[in-house]
Amino acid sequence: MTVNDIKNALECKVFAGENLLDREVHTACGSDMMSDVLAYVKDQSILLTGLVNAQVIRTADMMDMLCVVLVRGKQPTEEMISLANERGITLMSTPERMFTACGTLWEKGLRGGKLNE
Amino acid sequence: MSAIKLHYDVDGTDFTRAGEASASVKKTLRQLGVRPDVIRKVAIALYEGEINMVIHADGGFIDVDIDSEKVSLALCDHGKGIENIELAMQEGYSTAPDEVRSLGFGAGMGLSNMKKNSDEMRIESTVGVGTNVYMTIRL
Repeated sequence: MTVNDIKNALECKVFAGENLLDREVHTACGSDMMSDVLAYVKDQSILLTGLVNAQVIRTADMMDMLCVVLVRGKQPTEEMISLANERGITLMSTPERMFTACGTLWEKGLRGGKLNE
Repeated sequence: MSAIKLHYDVDGTDFTRAGEASASVKKTLRQLGVRPDVIRKVAIALYEGEINMVIHADGGFIDVDIDSEKVSLALCDHGKGIENIELAMQEGYSTAPDEVRSLGFGAGMGLSNMKKNSDEMRIESTVGVGTNVYMTIRL
């Protein structure tokens, strides 16, 4: 599926990287703990999180992720938006809670992918 | 490839900017045509280190040395130092305050993740004086 499919499935509002919605994604991860994202993520290209600060975008950038989805309708900071634009990361927000958002994407065929061990 | 040296000062008072050095090094390595999996290792190791410098040590500086065989990273701070390095290396052990955890860090994974992503890692630390972390990642 593409980032745009995720946007539609979760009824997301896009804050950055609107021009990058046609990129293909296969795996995702959900976490509020960036330490865990840095330690366990391998090739997941989507990060779902309830955490709102600039380090979310920086972490996604370090892991070469394509898209960050904020759950529970959270609004990104201006700094997150400008960082996401600068790093070519799509940043969007869904009204869904973490569990429901992950479940919806799973149902559509997105998977967790491999663990970095 | 001739050797490239980079130097970064890490501002210990600005959490939102922690990671700027890592992003810059990542960009340089990409421009040099370094393999993506190697770039990822350098980026993770350095970013974890940068976050540590801001969380625990009021900042410091980073020296990066890139030659045809390896990337060498030196992270130096004048923070409070690490009392028990062996303990600090254990996954899940953290002295980070709750405030740091609410920012998404401080799970006690930093140092072990730095070790996992580097080919060699050495820590020198003196309580009350500071900490130097040296890492090498082979190209």
